[in-house]
Amino acid sequence: MQTEIEKTRARQRARHHDFLRAILIIAAFAIPIIAALTFYALLNGSLDSIQAFGFGFLTGTAWVPNPPNGGPPILGALPAIYGSVVTTLISLLFAVPISLGIALFQSELAPRRLRLPSIFLVELLAAIPSVVYGLWGILFLVPFMSTYIDPGLIGSLGFIPIFAGETNGLGMFTAGVILAIMIIPYGAAVMREVIAAVPRSQREACIALGGTTVETVRIAVIPYASTGIIAAVVLAMGRAIGETMAVTMVIGNVARISPSLFLPSETIPSVIANEFTEVAGNNIYLAALFELGLILFAIAFLMNLIGRVLISRLTFHGGTSVNV
Amino acid sequence: MVTHVHNAFSLNKNRWLRAFAMIRMSSKNTKRNVGIVALVVVILVAVAGGYYFTAMNNSQSTSDTSMMTSESSMVPSATSMTTPAMTSATMSETSMTSSVAAWQPTTPVSILGAGATFPQPLIQTWTVEYNKLYPDVTISYSGIGSGGGIQQITLKTVDFGASDAPLSNAQLQAAPGLVLFPETLGGVAITYNLVAWGITNTTVLHFTPDVIAKIYMGIITKWNDPALVALNPGVPLPSAFITAVHRSDGSGTTFAFTNFLSVTVPNWAAQVGYSTSVTWPVDTLPGAYGVGAKGNPGVAGTVLNTHGAIGYVDVIYAVSNHLGVGAVINSAGNFVLPTLQTILWAAQNATGTPNYQDLRLHIVNAAGPQSYPISTYTYILVYRDMSANPSTTEAKAEALAHFLWWAIHDGQQYSSALIYVPLPANVVAADEQLLLTLNYQGTPLLTAAG
Repeated sequence: MQTEIEKTRARQRARHHDFLRAILIIAAFAIPIIAALTFYALLNGSLDSIQAFGFGFLTGTAWVPNPPNGGPPILGALPAIYGSVVTTLISLLFAVPISLGIALFQSELAPRRLRLPSIFLVELLAAIPSVVYGLWGILFLVPFMSTYIDPGLIGSLGFIPIFAGETNGLGMFTAGVILAIMIIPYGAAVMREVIAAVPRSQREACIALGGTTVETVRIAVIPYASTGIIAAVVLAMGRAIGETMAVTMVIGNVARISPSLFLPSETIPSVIANEFTEVAGNNIYLAALFELGLILFAIAFLMNLIGRVLISRLTFHGGTSVNV
Repeated sequence: MVTHVHNAFSLNKNRWLRAFAMIRMSSKNTKRNVGIVALVVVILVAVAGGYYFTAMNNSQSTSDTSMMTSESSMVPSATSMTTPAMTSATMSETSMTSSVAAWQPTTPVSILGAGATFPQPLIQTWTVEYNKLYPDVTISYSGIGSGGGIQQITLKTVDFGASDAPLSNAQLQAAPGLVLFPETLGGVAITYNLVAWGITNTTVLHFTPDVIAKIYMGIITKWNDPALVALNPGVPLPSAFITAVHRSDGSGTTFAFTNFLSVTVPNWAAQVGYSTSVTWPVDTLPGAYGVGAKGNPGVAGTVLNTHGAIGYVDVIYAVSNHLGVGAVINSAGNFVLPTLQTILWAAQNATGTPNYQDLRLHIVNAAGPQSYPISTYTYILVYRDMSANPSTTEAKAEALAHFLWWAIHDGQQYSSALIYVPLPANVVAADEQLLLTLNYQGTPLLTAAG
């Protein structure tokens, strides 16, 4: 009788085990499968464009979906790729040091009474929808940049081509600044976690050797957390390059490649957002937008790959490893 | 069972007690409490600061608007002046038109439409008013842009579409059985922002198609270009660079604007052409400055916030944003401001006798001494045999046909208040002929009465 119960229980256990296993396997494979299907859908959707333009799509600078003579569309993705890369780099230039500063302040310097409010306020930034950032951008940031920041840069650094020319605030520089504000909370949150994960013994060892707070951070904390910090940068970069609404509202939406950061440009997501309603009955145009999506997918993939390589190169011996 | 609940409760109670004790303990250390208090203070300061700032801005903008009211009343002043003339025109229309047999919906239906943003306020007023007359008929309309409207009706995901631009032959071929007819009309205003140089928005600048084309082609890049100065004697135009604002999304407004330039400027027709979205030479020429913005509100907002900007928007957006509105030279050689009356004159003079088989009407650069040259019809798109659209049932088709009939007759009375131009009588007559051909699997949906 006892054994009978035990047998039933064992069967039950096995059944539960199998059931759980199946659910977990499905959950684990769902994301890679969805990613693969997305890739397939993008590739399938962009076939017409790939056939029509080939590699020329990546290097073409003209974007003429409706030529005046009624001929076939001439579409090149280079301005959008350029705009995406440049705005992302500008945003990282601002966001990485500021995020790192916030994270170090919150984990190393802040008195406890300031820590919680500071974390709360920074994370509040992440909760603001991107269209609100865009609205704030066009109503406040664009006039502010065109009145105070941009003319100053043009006046003092105008001899460098990237700061040359005229400005009205709508352009890559403003887009980069707004992106930086948007990705700072993400960068700061991940960096804070990895810095908090640095063992106490590291800091104590440094302090015991007579290190100041600055030296402790520089020698003991940052190298130990470097992998995680790079992971945070990669995460922030992924968000910056895919951001659509706020960028569309301040970048000026023009297919233009110019060295000056103050001139309008466009990004891959902004082109898709602006033009997807226009493609009815124009298959190559639709396919070209799909191909832009495919390029974005590839760029994001490539950036993650580079991030991983950097992580594996820089991993501090025995350091934390955070996977993105 | 009862004990279980009791256990859980006491467990929770313990937890609460412990949490409470922890708060008290930490409050002894005053650390967490101070943190929370600091947080509350920061939020309060932020809210108070924000409120103060808004209040300050409000008081400023109130003075702004009080200043503007005199100006804004200037542009529509011609409007209010002409309203009586127009109502009489509308009345003569109604007396001319035929009527259809009375109808009552048999079942409650819900009709879906999507498309251009320009007629959205008018169509939404219609849906509300029609629902008051026929509570069983619910119509919803989303403004997703002309391009989106054409796409959605072609894919048969909506019961009707709307577009500011007439469909091309290729677009009509992509959607067999689709017909279009004008339901209202409007004008495209040339707007600018030169307040930074002392040129208020009440100053009416003069433009010719040639000058507008040269600005958007990147040939004229400064406000004090000799061509602009010659057109506007006495206006102290600054040597500031021009930011040419255009739509970044597909738009019927762009269609009307580029169509006007193509008709009037041969170079424009050859190099740029006309479409719902074109490639703007000003965007890429060195030294020229073009900017794209999404939707009419986007263009209006960009012009409002950018010193030295020029843009084109549907008239209502220029009026409601108190933007500077330019007068454009028409085919008779007069500089004309966009008002309800000048747009209606353009429509009456240019439409001719419309053929209901093809109601794609071009009224840009219309004849007539006071016709506003950048005027355009906006169109409703439906399938002639509504059963072509699987989501449209017979009951829906009947209701939709009667709604459309109502819209081109009784619905026109709501136009003027929303700064739309009521349809001229000859267009209503042609629309009627077309609507009478609407059917469901061959059965006409409307039967002429009398």
